[in-house]
Amino acid sequence: MKQNAFIDRLKTGLWYENPGLVQLLGLCPLLAVTSTLVNGLGLGIATLCVLVASNALVSASRRWLIQEIRIPVYVLIIASLVTCTELIFKAWFPALDRSLGIFIPLIVTNCAIVARAEIYASRNPVVASMLDGFAMGSGFALLLMAIGACREIIGQGTLFSGLEMLTGGDPVRGIVLVDGGWLLAVLPPGAFFSLALAIAGKNALDARRRRRKKNTMQRSGRSPG
Amino acid sequence: MNLAPEVKSGLTLALIAGICTALVAATWQLTAGRIAANQQAWLEQSLAPALSGLFYDTGVTESVMTIPAPHDLPGNQDAIVYRVYAGDEPVAALFVVSARNGYAGPIRLLIGIDTEGTVSGVLVLDHRETPGLGDRIESGKSDWLLQFNGHSLTNPEPAGWAIKRDGGEFDQLTGASVTPRAIIKAIKTTLQYFDAHAGEIFATAADEPTEVEQ
Repeated sequence: MKQNAFIDRLKTGLWYENPGLVQLLGLCPLLAVTSTLVNGLGLGIATLCVLVASNALVSASRRWLIQEIRIPVYVLIIASLVTCTELIFKAWFPALDRSLGIFIPLIVTNCAIVARAEIYASRNPVVASMLDGFAMGSGFALLLMAIGACREIIGQGTLFSGLEMLTGGDPVRGIVLVDGGWLLAVLPPGAFFSLALAIAGKNALDARRRRRKKNTMQRSGRSPG
Repeated sequence: MNLAPEVKSGLTLALIAGICTALVAATWQLTAGRIAANQQAWLEQSLAPALSGLFYDTGVTESVMTIPAPHDLPGNQDAIVYRVYAGDEPVAALFVVSARNGYAGPIRLLIGIDTEGTVSGVLVLDHRETPGLGDRIESGKSDWLLQFNGHSLTNPEPAGWAIKRDGGEFDQLTGASVTPRAIIKAIKTTLQYFDAHAGEIFATAADEPTEVEQ
């Protein structure tokens, strides 16, 4: 695969078609687990792994997929991959598994995954599909982490609290920036506000970029005349 | 080979289902041991704070006993009791009960009581109290739960088992009075149950669901 195409895929996943910000898929886990950065990171990594593996398997089996049975096949593949991920989390990151609770098995219902299987992996070769899964998964994971970090800083005044869930060892309070915080941010409404602000921010950035592009085009169009 | 399309679909699905099952089975094989060990370790570790100041043998989770509902303990589900020994001597009993009158649903509590009838520790296992107010009952968020250690039915007298605002002896939580009331009531009820049934609890054999006479 050419490097340009690789970078384009990555840009698409991280920004232009970000599953959370643009396609608005997988919002249920996004809103529910992002009360801290570590929680967001944990679910983000889990979703990323499932997305890469499911895209790879769907793409590998695309030659045998008949139109009528493709959805049951996606369901089978995604469900078994999520079960494997859950078992791996339970075995190696038990604390994180307890903290994320039902949202690990619920990755199976994340529409972003079945959407990528249908839109991309069932029509493209294995490596390209894995790359697409990586790009989309990273876009989702980074959004989870960004929202988790904002809510944690505003709500608790800390960052990286509960890092021991990933690394093992004694409980970590994280980097304490302020003692205490604005409670609303860690409550459910805080999740909606953060997501809304994130989407608004992205749209504002895009709009500004479009305006600039238009201006430069007009200017360059006028100059010869 | 010429197969009807529906047969072909069926076979493809069966094959993919087989591969997926194999994948899950292999992962399970790989992780089952670790998962069981993790759960055991987590349980033992989470029981320890309810046994502060006591010497006891490990393997607390092996002496589990279920008291089927209805019983005189708080909550209307089956209650779980872990019996703690040092050698052959009983040291304490750990009750898993639920306080039903919390602010938002039941509060699952682990209450440790030593053979003298004194509270050796209380832990909140699960709750849905308001973050920032009622959730300070969690041991990680404040020391509120520690104040019960060392108290028994005679210290203070039964009337003193209430928050200070209600004329009792225990501290309240600012902004939350329903939650502390529910927990204090649950501890008191459990102490009364232990007072009446301690003999039966330690007399029955481990590992079989036993009905304690009411």
